Amino acid sequence: MSLQTIVKRNAYYDSVTLMVITRELQKLDGVEDVLVGMGTELNLDMAKDLGLAEGELDTLTANDLFIAAKIDEAQVSMQEIEEAFNDLLNKKTESDDEDYNPPSLSSAIQSMPGANIVLVSVPGQYAASEVDEALEAGLHVMLFSDNVSVEEELRLKQKAVEKGLLMMGPDCGTAIINGIPLCFANAVRRGKIGVVGASGTGTQEVTVQVHKLGEGLSQVIGTGGRDLKEQIGGLMMIQAFESLIADPETEVVVLISKPPDASVAEKIYAIAKNSPKPVVIDFIGGDRTAIEAVGAIPCISLEDAAQKAVKVLKGQEFKDFAGFSLPEEEITEMVERELAKLSSDQTELRAFFTGGTLADEAMKILGQNYQIYSNIPLSPELAIENLPEGRGHICVDLGEDQFTRGRPHPMIDPQTRTDFFKSHVDEQTAIILVDVVLGFGSHKDPAGAVADSVREIRQQLSKKGRDVVVIASVCGTDLDSQDLNKSVASLEAEGILVMPSNAQATRLTDRIMQRMVKGV
Amino acid sequence: MSIKDLFGQDLEVINLGLKSFHSDLKTQGVKSVHVNWKPKAGGKKNMLNLLSKINKVKKL
Repeated sequence: MSLQTIVKRNAYYDSVTLMVITRELQKLDGVEDVLVGMGTELNLDMAKDLGLAEGELDTLTANDLFIAAKIDEAQVSMQEIEEAFNDLLNKKTESDDEDYNPPSLSSAIQSMPGANIVLVSVPGQYAASEVDEALEAGLHVMLFSDNVSVEEELRLKQKAVEKGLLMMGPDCGTAIINGIPLCFANAVRRGKIGVVGASGTGTQEVTVQVHKLGEGLSQVIGTGGRDLKEQIGGLMMIQAFESLIADPETEVVVLISKPPDASVAEKIYAIAKNSPKPVVIDFIGGDRTAIEAVGAIPCISLEDAAQKAVKVLKGQEFKDFAGFSLPEEEITEMVERELAKLSSDQTELRAFFTGGTLADEAMKILGQNYQIYSNIPLSPELAIENLPEGRGHICVDLGEDQFTRGRPHPMIDPQTRTDFFKSHVDEQTAIILVDVVLGFGSHKDPAGAVADSVREIRQQLSKKGRDVVVIASVCGTDLDSQDLNKSVASLEAEGILVMPSNAQATRLTDRIMQRMVKGV
Repeated sequence: MSIKDLFGQDLEVINLGLKSFHSDLKTQGVKSVHVNWKPKAGGKKNMLNLLSKINKVKKL
């Protein structure tokens, strides 16, 4: 094995492109390890951690590209790796348009005088100055980048509020403005329900469920996950909430977030109290009484939020939806049929989520009855490191930073979850629970990837006389390019139980687990 | 432009960063310009600080 490096100076490519290419190069025969990246501090540290750093890398800037590889020269040369890199890069860019690409934000503003919103997904350390410039120019901003400090976030949001602009983010993954999905969002019909969401996949699930119920969305505004923390004070949720109250197209407002800090919740409740429009609030696991006290509508799940919003819009009666869309007899039959697949020593849950809010919602439902260990645990003692002798129920958010360092988010590239199927499912696994998130930004066939993993793991388990129960929900619509119906069909073809929402998939999991434990 | 005005207009987007976001917009027929972005001053912190100071002076 030899360690070799190629450097291309002044050749900038975005991180997702380079991460996908790295993974493809890793598949070449004779390549033990490879890393393609820009010469940022983070990438250079990663090269060191992987034992791929050598001489010239120390001299790189963030505008220089490097390919560092440990290779068996008898099988592959660095020249072949470079050729493969160029081919992959060309494949990525050949479908790109031939439009003019201005070199900076200021030149883009000049070339597009009618511009009204700027999407920023550059590396976090460079994002704030670009956002600042956009706000100065009177433009709304969606800031997808993470790694932006709380101090910068506060400063930028204060500026946005002062100027009456949206500053969605940082780490804002989803928005639908004027019917146009931005970044990671599903294709849904337009309508009269407005959503403000501080959690990406939580917001996606609500919009998808509204669409499935035959209604549509007026505006979907993201705030970024920290907005409702005391330091930020809910600046963007308040700004967006008030704008939806004022928006003539919006008749019902839905707010989605993890429970806000108390001081922020008070501000939100004060606005809700005076809202002339119905307000549906899902502060996932939040304070129901406080929400009811201001005349707003509390929810028990993301699906419940969508159902209540639609019913309120139609002037229909509503109550908490804690059940299943299918008749109870069918659910019971399903539970018995699946249980028959399992041996008595198969007891453990493996939940592999690509959406953090969906994982959180699942744990809040299952956590009432079981100890679920996780990398985003409901309480510190349930951190995955505390798993007793590696055995127990696990729910993993695969989109957390620890799994996305040097790898694309699992909604873009399913490989991380594919690896988890191989490393975390064994003879004691009873149930596998997954989410499948469709829509713009997501992988072209996430359901197909899950189906492949399930087929493979079942083949492995069958050698030991075992099977496993697999339950999924698909966060997507018939209008998404991946197609909800096609995705469901490919999952069902592998014997995966596909439920109509994350909450129902989790409840079915709970039902089977209860039956396993209590025998009832 | 106020949020109210934004809600009443066709979106015109400037995209900095991941090109796929721009491509998704183009396929929907949305006006979008992708910036051929790269870190200013080679991404070097001291140079960036200097640039930001120069810009502040320019504004004054």
